[in-house]
Amino acid sequence: MTELLVRTDDLTKRYGERIAVDHIGLQVRRGEVYGFLGPNGAGKTTTLRMLLGLVRASAGTARVLGAAPGNPAALARIGMLVESPAFYPYLSGRDNLRVFARYAKVPGSKVDEALETVDLTERAKDRASSYSLGMKQRLGVAAALLKDPELLILDEPTNGLDPAGMADMRMLIRRLGTGGHTVLLSSHLLGEVQQVCDRVGVISQGVLVRQGTVRELRGHGSLRVVAEPLDEANAVTARMFGAERVSVHESALHVSVDEDAAPSVNRELVLAGIAVRSIGWHERSLEEIFFEMTAPEEVAK
Amino acid sequence: MNASVVAEFMKLVKRPATWLIAVVWMLLTLVFGYVFPYFSYRGTSTGPGEPVGEQALSGALPAELASTAIQGMPLFAGALALLLGVLATGSEYGWDTVKVLLTQGPRRLSVLGGKLVALAVLMLAIVLATFVVDGAASVVVASITDSPVNWPPFGELARGVGAGWLIVVMWCFGGAFLGTMLRGTALAVDVGLVWALAIENLVRAFGSVVDFVDVVQRYLPGTNAGSLVAALGGSAQGQPGGTPGVTEVVSGTHAAVVLGAYLIAFAVLACVLLRRRDVL
Repeated sequence: MTELLVRTDDLTKRYGERIAVDHIGLQVRRGEVYGFLGPNGAGKTTTLRMLLGLVRASAGTARVLGAAPGNPAALARIGMLVESPAFYPYLSGRDNLRVFARYAKVPGSKVDEALETVDLTERAKDRASSYSLGMKQRLGVAAALLKDPELLILDEPTNGLDPAGMADMRMLIRRLGTGGHTVLLSSHLLGEVQQVCDRVGVISQGVLVRQGTVRELRGHGSLRVVAEPLDEANAVTARMFGAERVSVHESALHVSVDEDAAPSVNRELVLAGIAVRSIGWHERSLEEIFFEMTAPEEVAK
Repeated sequence: MNASVVAEFMKLVKRPATWLIAVVWMLLTLVFGYVFPYFSYRGTSTGPGEPVGEQALSGALPAELASTAIQGMPLFAGALALLLGVLATGSEYGWDTVKVLLTQGPRRLSVLGGKLVALAVLMLAIVLATFVVDGAASVVVASITDSPVNWPPFGELARGVGAGWLIVVMWCFGGAFLGTMLRGTALAVDVGLVWALAIENLVRAFGSVVDFVDVVQRYLPGTNAGSLVAALGGSAQGQPGGTPGVTEVVSGTHAAVVLGAYLIAFAVLACVLLRRRDVL
């Protein structure tokens, strides 16, 4: 059985009458890059703060690295970057990391290693206040890496970065994921999650609406057939595979079969005198799935 | 907690605000303790040798080092210490670094404990530096006025250092408490300075005419800080050559006990707040 580094059961946070996080059950497995996906204000940051012990849960339980959130022994094995990176502006990048290293009781040699990992060695002597947003973000990741953590919790790490910076950050996260770290990455950027994550949890209005691999969430693909007349094409494909596997979307048939069924579908349609304009494999993007899942009526379900 | 103390020292020592406050502290103690008294002695209408000029000069000579070095601590040095306390805790919220510190591994109380210990040691260093700088200034004043260089006994100096440290640490922890409670610096500085520089003086003004206000003022931090300085020879406000903030409302022992109680209360309250509240 796969080891769970993060597990929450009915984790809930209320601020007065408002429910910020509503009975969520998150499961992050060892060695994976887990995407925590949701629109702004969905409850991602509150959930991460609860996992780190910064915010106390109103109800439910959470175990992080086998311990309660905020447990010092567990925190010593977690690296984090929650929301924007935070530093002492009057200290250099290196001195900032030295201060954090002291608190974390890690040797000073780790500071230069972490700076090297995020390509900040050359600017390490400069004050953190003089860094660009991208450099601050990388310094934040360096701070998270100081403890050589088993679990990295990164909250919107590409926020404010330009496209090149975002690409670099994604590459870094992927590298960390394949290097034995487990990464819990929160983001509202679908492309980012699709590119770097093994599994995804989708949160909306405080509710975890789905959790699974990107593949599972996107579902099986379908053959998209544009033909005339469409109702006759619908009848033919329904006879071939069953009506439950055929649907009509935006003037096209969607047939839930394997991709290699395309030639036989084409042949049968042509033999039935139907004009086939196009036939091809179609997979829904995570974006389509996301908007479906985060629609208010879906969340309410 | 050792790691937290070392980390706090790194931050305090490298922070420009720490040095700026220390320099302003030294300048003010020199100006009010030595420069103004010297010019008062030189320029008084009654001239050198007359009572007012002599009194002003005597406070600036080495024999009065203990009381002169701490006479500014109930007021301006206390306010500066409060400012340092606010900056040490409130800035962590302003810069959002509190979340980074609390997720590095140490317990919340270790983080705050380290901060308070580092502040207390910094206050001791500044008080000692004040005595050294003031001692040097008193020698200069003695030499240019052909006055004798008689140092106070070691015990008196030690009591002066201890009293000065107690006063400024109390104000500093008060600032640390305000910074923690208000999760920032701006409002905490405003509240702290208004209390230390204005409200207590207003309360003291009514203390002589309203009985219950007189009882209340005996337990206020500023009044007790001023009384502790007066108990060690500082001239009370209202007397000739008296120092603002120095009062003779309560005894030295009473003042020391109340200041100690405030110091502990501020530290405990700050710990309770940091431990119990969410870090948003």
